[in-house]
Amino acid sequence: MTGTTVRIQTPASSEEAAGALASAAADGLGVRFQGGGTKFSWGRPVSDCDLVISTGGLDRIVEHNVGDLTAVVEAGVPLARAQEAFAGEGQMLALDPPEVDGATVGGIVATGDSGPLRHRFGAIRDLVIGIKVALADGSVVRAGGKVIKNVAGYDLAKLFSGSFGTLGMILELALRLHPSPFRTSTAILRAPEPKALARGAMALSHARIEQLALDVVWTGGAGAVMARFGGARAREQAEAALAATRDLRGLSGEIEDDDGDLWRDQRARQRSPDGLVVRISGVQSRLEDILGAAARRDATVAGRGGSGLCWLALEELDCPDAVAAVEELRLELQPLACVVLDAPEAVRAELDPWGPIDPATRGLMQRVKERFDPQGSCNPGILGGLV
Amino acid sequence: MDGGVEGPREAEGAVREAPQAAPLGAAPDERPPQGAAAPRSEADRVLERLRATCGDENVIVHEHQLRTYQSDGLLQYKVLPRAAVLPGSADEVRAVVRALHEREVPWVARGAGSGLSGGALPIPEGVLIVLTRLRRIIEVDLPNQRVVCEPGVSNVAISEAVGPTHFYPPDPSSQIVCSIGGNVAENSGGAHCFKYGFTTNYVTGLEVVLSHGELVQLGGAELDRPGYDLVGAFVGSEGTLGIATKITLRVIPKPEALRTLVAFFETTTHAGQAVSDIVGSGIVPGAIEMMDQLSIQASEQMAHAGFPLDVGAALLVELDGSEAECEARFDEVQEICIDNGAGEVRVARDDLEREVMWKMRKAAFPAMGRISPHYYVQDSVIPRTRLPEVLDRIEELRREYGLRVANVFHAGDGNLHPLVCYDARTEGEAERAEELAGKIVVACVEAGGSITGEHGVGVDKKGYMPKMFGEPDLAAFQKLRCAFDPAQRANPGKVMPTPRLCGEVPGPYRRHPLEVAGLAERF
Repeated sequence: MTGTTVRIQTPASSEEAAGALASAAADGLGVRFQGGGTKFSWGRPVSDCDLVISTGGLDRIVEHNVGDLTAVVEAGVPLARAQEAFAGEGQMLALDPPEVDGATVGGIVATGDSGPLRHRFGAIRDLVIGIKVALADGSVVRAGGKVIKNVAGYDLAKLFSGSFGTLGMILELALRLHPSPFRTSTAILRAPEPKALARGAMALSHARIEQLALDVVWTGGAGAVMARFGGARAREQAEAALAATRDLRGLSGEIEDDDGDLWRDQRARQRSPDGLVVRISGVQSRLEDILGAAARRDATVAGRGGSGLCWLALEELDCPDAVAAVEELRLELQPLACVVLDAPEAVRAELDPWGPIDPATRGLMQRVKERFDPQGSCNPGILGGLV
Repeated sequence: MDGGVEGPREAEGAVREAPQAAPLGAAPDERPPQGAAAPRSEADRVLERLRATCGDENVIVHEHQLRTYQSDGLLQYKVLPRAAVLPGSADEVRAVVRALHEREVPWVARGAGSGLSGGALPIPEGVLIVLTRLRRIIEVDLPNQRVVCEPGVSNVAISEAVGPTHFYPPDPSSQIVCSIGGNVAENSGGAHCFKYGFTTNYVTGLEVVLSHGELVQLGGAELDRPGYDLVGAFVGSEGTLGIATKITLRVIPKPEALRTLVAFFETTTHAGQAVSDIVGSGIVPGAIEMMDQLSIQASEQMAHAGFPLDVGAALLVELDGSEAECEARFDEVQEICIDNGAGEVRVARDDLEREVMWKMRKAAFPAMGRISPHYYVQDSVIPRTRLPEVLDRIEELRREYGLRVANVFHAGDGNLHPLVCYDARTEGEAERAEELAGKIVVACVEAGGSITGEHGVGVDKKGYMPKMFGEPDLAAFQKLRCAFDPAQRANPGKVMPTPRLCGEVPGPYRRHPLEVAGLAERF
């Protein structure tokens, strides 16, 4: 490891950032990109890092086009600050990953992090309408645009979303915004066992009632399905949701209008600074299995009831135990992908946090990586066996 | 797995200049000279392979039969391919692509041929791979809200397969005929995408045949599979990255309630302000469509909806969602229209009235044929707030060129479809129309917009790409292209404004022999 000699650069402009990256790449150095540093530990530990380029100097909200419901922000803008600015006009970026102090828009795009609002509005990939990046050859590249509907050119914004900084450095993003919901209200269906919860989530996800979010939660040996509604008649919609699930056995329903804390807590369950968090690419019909796996392990789950995407958090474990726990979970839930996010470095070094991948798909990803970053300078090794 | 397939390294060895599509003005009736790309015997061998794979009846070489495929929905461009082949399965697609790869023959994939940018325009020295026989819906997984289908399935068939409880939101106006494979290639939109999004927001998985014949799985039914979002990169790539042979789509429950109205305004500016006020008040309509006077007059001849012919604009607003929410906000929409000077607001009282309103909107393109012998459709996008000034600019250009321009547009997302009317029999008018249409595109880009919102770049708009993108941007696009298709055999001559090479990858870091021998370390 070269940990002791890592330099940090904080460029103040796109050109400076591109210059720093290009000269490092030309010297054969390994470069990491850093935003708020809240997810800096995700992925396989980076082995060859000689330089960190921070987006700390790229923290301007460049445009907020209120009438067009769009914004352009630099990568280093903290999401919380952007949301505050948008909220001033009754708008929001419809993305709510766990609230962690300092998490930047660029870092969220790079890691593809998301939260409960994904149910209605999609992931960050669905909200980024334009992107500016620096590539290892020193070029500053734009793709997409500033309008919400646009099919000109390849969709590099999606390619870079979730790429963990391995294709280049994200500099600036054009975003689609949405009106903030006028009011919100949440229908909560509680149950002490996974089967009833999975049934409840299934019923609501197929109900013809528009929901902002539909989540499942499992914690402390019991769980709930939570359906959030927004708009002028949020409460009436939550009541309709309870009515639609009244005949399901084993669920007890209630409504919470003052639901801000409820959802903040739910989002927080996707993180565990001292423990172990596994993101499971589930499907709805496997929700019962996922909740069951958590129940047997005394684990916590925050999951999307519509899609089956879940975050399962385990208590603090010693390295060999943690590795064994992940391997066991992967075996139990296969073929669902189980990606390790929060985990001690030793664990992420010992097992591949990304898990296995089909060799043909891997080959294509490798070719994409080679075209964009031929020297392998950008976040070397972070994607483990994926590229 | 893929035993006999060449690896990417070998494929890159065959790098050559991308073959060019026929020049735009190519005489449509002229068959390209035989043997332009390969000696005749070589061509015969390729055809033999295709016939052995797909059957004699599915390989078309006769000129009169090939004419069916000489254009897509953009009829201004016509090119006869060397041959057209209609594979009947994903395996056959793969065998065809592999045979063409081995013989270094470029190809173009085609779905229903309803595209409006010349994206499926054949190339004279290449083969057209027609996917209309791949029309199976492989799986309807309603519990997980997924449909897996082949590329030749029509757009409307997906909603039919999951109805009446669920639907597939992207709804291009050609949805009865257009294919899902084509929708994936173009990232098709439709009238409801302001609220519901585009094809790219509904494709979760793809099985793709790459240009060297390799089959890859991208994504799946699940979200957030580890690795790059290559599904996101593929959707909208206009047939230049490979052929999707299996497509996994997300479907959603149908909204509980639907409310539709049409409001009539004196000018498009008034109607545009109503749109801004509706969106500004936090309402997200399922659809919000505008027609100007000329398009109302044309559509009325076909749809007979009884719209007034002397108004400046008609605004169709549709709200959908929960019953309670729709009810509350529909009153607000009506008030906003009246506050912005709407002379009349018609509310659809039943499905039939709603259908008539939509028929007016959807008739706009075909109806234009009744009032003008020819027309040129544009697909530019602008930030919605720039609508008044861009419409003024279009009016100014219209006067300057002395041609009629009808405006129909998806007002919520600022996607304009100006229809430039002309008569090709009048000397020079077609050229004037094209020039005028080009100036409209430029005006939209200058207003901060895009050259295309849903039709794609194809051959039609590739000349405008440099208006939106600089050289480094285009070079980055090319990197993606070369990662998928280093020999550039898939739909060459589309999207990119000028042909460019792939070149060798400098290669990832390789260990020095001394390192391998343990005599040196990298640090």
